[in-house]
Amino acid sequence: MTISTLFSTLNQSLWVWLATDVLLWTLFVLFVLSVLQILRSPLQRAVWQKVFRQRLAVVSAVLLAVAACFALLDSIHLREPLPRATPEAPVRYSVEVNSVLDLLLVDLRKDHEKTYSAPLAVTLAALEPVTVALPDGTVEVRRQAPRLKVAGAAFPPGPVDDVTYWLDVLQRVGLGALGGAMVFAVFCILVLLLKRAFLSQQNRNQVAWRWAAYTLGSVCVLGGIFVGLSSNFHVFGTDKVGQDVLYQVLKSLRTALVIGLVPTLVTLPLGIALGLSAGYFRGKVDDVIQYIYTTVSAIPGVLLIAAAVLSIQVMIDNHPEWFATAVERGDIRLLALCIILGMTSWTGIARLLRGEALKMREYDYVQASRAFGVSAGQILLRHVLPNVFPIILITLVMEFSSLVLAEAVLSYIGIGVDPTMFSFGLMINNARMELSRDPVVWWSLTAAFMFMVVLVLAANLLADAVRDALDPRAEGQS
Amino acid sequence: MLGYVLRRLFYAIPILIGVNLITFALFFMVNSPDDMARMQLGVKRVTPEAIQQWKAERGYDKPLFVNEAASGLGQVTDTVFYTKSLTLFAGEFGRSEDGREIGREIRERMGPSLAIAVPTFVIGLGLTVSLALFLVLFRGTWLDRTGVVLCVALMSISSLFFIIGGQFLFARVLQLVPISGYASNPLVAWHFLILPVAVAVVAGIGGSTRWYRTLFLEEIGKDYVRTARAKGLSDTAVLFRHVLRNGLIPILTGVVVVIPSLFMGSLLIESFFGIPGLGSYTIDAIAAQDFAVVRAMVFLGSVLYLLGLILTDLSYTLVDPRIRLK
Repeated sequence: MTISTLFSTLNQSLWVWLATDVLLWTLFVLFVLSVLQILRSPLQRAVWQKVFRQRLAVVSAVLLAVAACFALLDSIHLREPLPRATPEAPVRYSVEVNSVLDLLLVDLRKDHEKTYSAPLAVTLAALEPVTVALPDGTVEVRRQAPRLKVAGAAFPPGPVDDVTYWLDVLQRVGLGALGGAMVFAVFCILVLLLKRAFLSQQNRNQVAWRWAAYTLGSVCVLGGIFVGLSSNFHVFGTDKVGQDVLYQVLKSLRTALVIGLVPTLVTLPLGIALGLSAGYFRGKVDDVIQYIYTTVSAIPGVLLIAAAVLSIQVMIDNHPEWFATAVERGDIRLLALCIILGMTSWTGIARLLRGEALKMREYDYVQASRAFGVSAGQILLRHVLPNVFPIILITLVMEFSSLVLAEAVLSYIGIGVDPTMFSFGLMINNARMELSRDPVVWWSLTAAFMFMVVLVLAANLLADAVRDALDPRAEGQS
Repeated sequence: MLGYVLRRLFYAIPILIGVNLITFALFFMVNSPDDMARMQLGVKRVTPEAIQQWKAERGYDKPLFVNEAASGLGQVTDTVFYTKSLTLFAGEFGRSEDGREIGREIRERMGPSLAIAVPTFVIGLGLTVSLALFLVLFRGTWLDRTGVVLCVALMSISSLFFIIGGQFLFARVLQLVPISGYASNPLVAWHFLILPVAVAVVAGIGGSTRWYRTLFLEEIGKDYVRTARAKGLSDTAVLFRHVLRNGLIPILTGVVVVIPSLFMGSLLIESFFGIPGLGSYTIDAIAAQDFAVVRAMVFLGSVLYLLGLILTDLSYTLVDPRIRLK
């Protein structure tokens, strides 16, 4: 789809703002605002330069940013207009909700194969009876793998010989890589021009820019290769209903990011407010808050989530009239899951902050402001909160990876995201049955595995780097 | 000591009541028993009479908290909250959806759960502590750095991949062990147990090793270690004689909290490997939306967790004589 048709579709369609879309974009705006805040303050800038002087941190940050781009593109949903019978008829919109990412990936999405096919294959992974006319005029029924409908369309019908096949693959890989490299080169030139215009020379080399460029370059080239190959093949094969696995993995990125990020919107206010006030006020307040978080953490997490999800599922099933489309229903379930995950995971950060506040309330500057008559709320907000900010940030980044991993487990148990959505957990869950087929269908699992490991590993490495740079207690270790 | 334990047990009661209130709210107030009945009965057989009968069979037809119709103590006891939630304290778990007694089921399934959980716990702890000590011995070298990166990489892999991959490789391709199953005879059972235990240990290696390494490194920076080295002790002697002993304190007190929870079994491992333990029982209950079983397991889980907290406090006094419990 070209850019101009994309914009005209965007213009004519009915925009659908799902709840998680709004939250994801809100988080993005908050992120941009805090980046601007960091850039303005010299002290903050110095701290973050310490983070991004580490190569692994830069590489991870770039990879996460790429994933975030996909997720954000996938978070603008719309319903395309149906063709009108007469020009005067009122516009009707299709019930199918697509995202901008869907529109961009229309080639991957629009046509299905019949069933499983291996990565880069031109034939199905299943044998089917085919009638073959033999040279002597007789007809014979053989079981063989038929050609795919979508992939391999560039080859003439019939069996494809190895030389043509590999030449075609190599050609597409080469052209794709070249295209990716060119996109990257244009991007680099733009950035360099901008940098010359805005940044002074002195803070060069503070950040491992070169590694950011390497990573982005690799991602661009890899993306180019994927685009090149996708023009004639399914890069990661197809699943049971013949859907492209690459498309599924890219769609799963959004689910993973929503699960990893949105619960923090619940965790943070609860954890900060309860943790800090328990530590600061002590006494009765502390007793009550400790009682609450001991109670919540006493319930086995999976069971609490299961109980809540089951209850909400019953509620959703009993009120089908609330939702206009299946996507909206799935989205509400995803949102509910996020809220529940947030409600079960705030106890850790609350306990941590309670300890910090207990310690901090005895500090001289806090005592002094209390002597001056500053209200407790003001002290907590102005003197205590900024000092525990590193701890909050580190917990958040570490929480991200554990939440993404938790999604897979929950979806496997059947209390995760809605089965109509795409997620790594659902892909793994399906793949479990596929491994026992003959021939073994390994590609869905492998694709989900690769993308998930890269995402979680990047988050973990970034968390380590942030902790090394921000946490004064971790100084000198590792 | 005894007084402390008794008081802690007493404190656990309000927490357990809180747990019950939360689960009760989730199961009975978000959705009325009518909704549950409709879901369990399916679309076809839903008639008002069928719902009434379903509720009456399970005792869900009573009022939630206060029974106006009953007299005296019956106003409180003849309610859903009392019969379904408070009786859990007496160990009465009621019956599951298929009519079996949950209490008996739990007792029967504890054995298989422990057969997986205890070896996993012991082997895992021994292995991770040794690995952490190994990394600390080579701290600052490329071996240490690679080890830490490997730990982070292992942490980033979902345990589902370890299970599916292990099952595929060792049971299907190499056919060294059966894919899944269980036998109560220990001579046969180890065939079935070896793979799940190995997978569970490997899946847990990354996080714990890295955490224990940090604890040991913290210990190594302390004054007494410097003194020991100043006396002329070799690096290994310091590490094994001083750092290991003192570093084990936070590790052991840290793992005590999970010991009672071993009874709950492991959800994923048990359900993938077909072990008839409490973990797979829980998963099956969730899949069948059997609220009675989930409620019983929530209660059992929180009791075991609170027990773990008390044991943790007791273990502090055992390893560190300076701590006195009052």
